[in-house]
Amino acid sequence: MIEVHQLQKRFGRQTVLEDVSFSIPLGESLVIIGRSGCGKSVLLKHIIGLLQPDAGSVRIDGEEITTMDERNLIRVRSKFGMVFQGAALFDSLTVAENVAFAFRRNKTLGAKEIAHKVAEVLEMVDLPGIETKKPSELSGGMRKRVGLARAIIYHPQIVLYDEPTTGLDPIVSDSIDQLIIRVTQHLKVTAIVVTHDMRSARRVGDRIVMLHDKKVYASGTAEDIFNSTDPVVQQFINGQADP
Amino acid sequence: MTAFLERYLTGWLCGLGAYGQLCKETLLSLLGFRMALRDLVGQIYFIGFKSQSVVLVTGAFTGMVLAAQAYYQFHQFKMDTATLALVGVSMCSELGPVLTSLMVAGRVGAAIAAELGTMRVTEQIDALRTLATHPVDYLVAPRFLATLLVLPLLTAEAIAIGIGAGYIVVVYLMKVDSAYLWYNMLRYTGFVDLSVGLMKSFVFGGVIASIACYKGMNCRNGAEGVGYATTAAVVYSSIAILISNFFLTLLFGRLFHTL
Repeated sequence: MIEVHQLQKRFGRQTVLEDVSFSIPLGESLVIIGRSGCGKSVLLKHIIGLLQPDAGSVRIDGEEITTMDERNLIRVRSKFGMVFQGAALFDSLTVAENVAFAFRRNKTLGAKEIAHKVAEVLEMVDLPGIETKKPSELSGGMRKRVGLARAIIYHPQIVLYDEPTTGLDPIVSDSIDQLIIRVTQHLKVTAIVVTHDMRSARRVGDRIVMLHDKKVYASGTAEDIFNSTDPVVQQFINGQADP
Repeated sequence: MTAFLERYLTGWLCGLGAYGQLCKETLLSLLGFRMALRDLVGQIYFIGFKSQSVVLVTGAFTGMVLAAQAYYQFHQFKMDTATLALVGVSMCSELGPVLTSLMVAGRVGAAIAAELGTMRVTEQIDALRTLATHPVDYLVAPRFLATLLVLPLLTAEAIAIGIGAGYIVVVYLMKVDSAYLWYNMLRYTGFVDLSVGLMKSFVFGGVIASIACYKGMNCRNGAEGVGYATTAAVVYSSIAILISNFFLTLLFGRLFHTL
């Protein structure tokens, strides 16, 4: 269970989040939508403890993480996997070394077991046989898939996706959406997806939260949000510029 | 004007605090043996082995120039055989550690700041944290320890090469008797001079690695930020080396001359 309560965040004089509250039960797919710069990625980074709020709380399975130091956060983060907007692959390492990064550092598994797990998870993201390639040799879509493979290889309880389809063509975006749905169902994980892509939001989300004007503006099932008569929600869904 | 000064001072103090925090985390990581040996070996190779050409050229030409200049001055007073003694003392206690450290600050400090800065702006450091890895254990501690270990060795190498190159200049170009040169050098260059040089380079190693890692880890604003972090790492560590060298010279002078 993830609980966000009255979260506030400022960068200098600019307030990005103000009294943001919501909770996510185990196994739910939540999509966070909102205009560019409204604080979606900032909110996601608070949930995994990459940013500290100015006020408010974030609880993961009942544990308050906003007051934890970096060493204690490491324990909590082992429940998470995160797919970054730009994939954030380590460019000095190969695909296999990226995907098996924490296994190699923790030395909990032997080389053969690691290689087997890497091959298995790359197969799952439809990229078999690319273990020896470097991130610079991959396309944008492939990098996102490798990022997803790296996030799910440890069987996390929660997977966070930061704009997984941004910058990809509609066909690759569709395959990423299918992958998110497959991973969520297959691994039975809680998924939180930050996106601008309304088609993607409709497909992958059990529930949608819309951020607007630093707050949670609307929340409900995909049908609730898409059938909303609220002008702000409709403007965003239909992609209409301000008059 | 007051508001500007207040903002500048606050920023400077916050930076100093963050630098202190990074140093503390690094020491805790080292004392807790949280770093992987493989990462340390990789950094020793990069910082030590790959700095060979820079250190050899710096040491050799510094020793040669020093020997030539000293010879021209001493020759006027018929003190030619004291040339190598001056080269030995200068290389051991001052020029060896300071010039080697400045060259390493330029090569290694810039590389560390640029690498960590790029990782920071491309969210690779955030990715590390999401993979339950402390960035200090993986990125900072190996670079810090490798620089501490390697810089005294590089300095010793530069000192040896500098003295050797100076010897060649004085003996083969200036035609001074080699036996007296060696005798005077060994007479006036003590173990203390060498120890002071190596201890200084140990401190300079810590200065270079900590400043470069701090600048890289706190890099912002994309490519421009990486450029700024790289320049700042080299400039600040060079200035810190020169300033700390003065205080170390006073400290070691006081310590060893009162013994």
